Amino acid sequence: MSVAAPERAARIEVAGLAASYGPSEPALRNVTFTADGGHAVAVLGPNGGGKTTLFRALLGELGAVTGTVAISGATAYVPQTERSRLDFPVSALDVALMGAYARTRWYRRVTAADRVLARAALQRVGMAEQASTSYGTLSGGQRQRVLVARALVQDAGVLLLDEPFAGVDATSEEAIMRILDELRAEGRVLLIATHDVEQARRWDRVLCLRGEQIAYGPPAQSLTNAVLEATYGEEIVMLDCGHRAVAIQHHAH
Amino acid sequence: MEILRSGLLQRALLEVVVLGAACGALGVWLLHLRQAYAAESLAHAMLPGLVLASLAGAPLLLGAGGGVLVTAALIALATRDTRVGSEVAVGVAVTTAFGLGAVLALSPAVPLGLDKLLFGDLLSTGTTDLVAAGALAMLVGVALVAGHRPLTLAVFDPVAAPSLGVRPGQVELALLALLAVAVVAAVLSLGNLLVFALLVAPAAAAMRLGRSVRAQLSLAAALGSSAGLLGLVASAELDIAAGGSVALAAVALYALAAITRPSARGSGSRRSPLQALGAPR
Repeated sequence: MSVAAPERAARIEVAGLAASYGPSEPALRNVTFTADGGHAVAVLGPNGGGKTTLFRALLGELGAVTGTVAISGATAYVPQTERSRLDFPVSALDVALMGAYARTRWYRRVTAADRVLARAALQRVGMAEQASTSYGTLSGGQRQRVLVARALVQDAGVLLLDEPFAGVDATSEEAIMRILDELRAEGRVLLIATHDVEQARRWDRVLCLRGEQIAYGPPAQSLTNAVLEATYGEEIVMLDCGHRAVAIQHHAH
Repeated sequence: MEILRSGLLQRALLEVVVLGAACGALGVWLLHLRQAYAAESLAHAMLPGLVLASLAGAPLLLGAGGGVLVTAALIALATRDTRVGSEVAVGVAVTTAFGLGAVLALSPAVPLGLDKLLFGDLLSTGTTDLVAAGALAMLVGVALVAGHRPLTLAVFDPVAAPSLGVRPGQVELALLALLAVAVVAAVLSLGNLLVFALLVAPAAAAMRLGRSVRAQLSLAAALGSSAGLLGLVASAELDIAAGGSVALAAVALYALAAITRPSARGSGSRRSPLQALGAPR
């Protein structure tokens, strides 16, 4: 058994989506986009712009959702690595195996086949040698790769990645980039939340969010100065006479 | 050993070993989920229930269970007031219950003394108590085995847990329900105040020593049982109070672990002493 590409092409189709956490005003409105298998979509926006809300809506975790969401393929969420408890005693392999929990009956052990799958997934992300290393002692980039391996064990056709390059060193960034390129080439859909405009330019499509959808399309079309200003408001800084834009983030968490 | 010849002590020993194992293992998850405060609160909260059951001549186990339920409802009510934090709500609810229990217990009509309710009465363990505690401890053990993976996800990665098939909120509630079961099982023999020691000290020691969750769970169970055993033997030899002796033995084992392993293993981030004690977030 290997970590093979999904048999059927994955796809996300979202139309008129509005999502909220309670009976209050929706945190995100007017989202309409389609992402086909093989596409990586940068989800760009300021903190609180709705990136996480979109992911949670796509995962079906928000009760109050209007509009339609159609996803073909299993969906995995790849969180930021510092969101997990780093003092909890689990190895990299343990974490990869968590991808098999949902299909393991409560009275059974994780199957031998899934163990093979988890090791293969770690191998793919270049973390086979660290399989028994404590997850908390790995570097940020290594942890990120282990979480991608977990998504592979989930056999996800759709991967929702939350700031996968935040706090990652250059070597790991390259490694993660290579893996994401491979996954995309296999026909999976990647949604990559980021607040880095330059990072967003690298992917096939860009979805700009600020409480609602500002733009969606290939980077050349969607990353205009007007769109960036609408997305970031006062926080945007133009460099090189408007050819490069940098978003200033005020981290408050 | 002399101590094993007395039926009274045999039952007490068996009781405390079984309870120590169950409470020890459960404590590991409580501490990982930073719920030590809830553990202490629940134990105190059942005092009025115990007193009322004692007054009515009903089984104390029933009173303990009722006390927990009423306090849980009180906490839920108090938490509705969003102006106060949840730990304040718990504090108010629990102190209310504890005060009420003390007032009731000091009335002359209560057959069981307040001291027995607060500090337990390990040496009066009867066969029925033993069977009840054994069954409840078994329930805790089975639940911990069955819930191992959901608990792992709820602690390690609550953000991604739903996408992996686990609702962390539900897991935490289930663990608190299990805690109520364990406290009900242990409160009669170890007392309202001292059961907390068996829930926290062996787990804290095991978390310093064990390199995997499974190792921590088995270590905590073993340490909990050992604390019970050592404490009871010491109490018989030195003629001191049994419950207090068990609690002190548990803490002594923790101190030993702390000396052997001065800081938490393998974690990059040091926690503050309060966090290490499992103070509320």
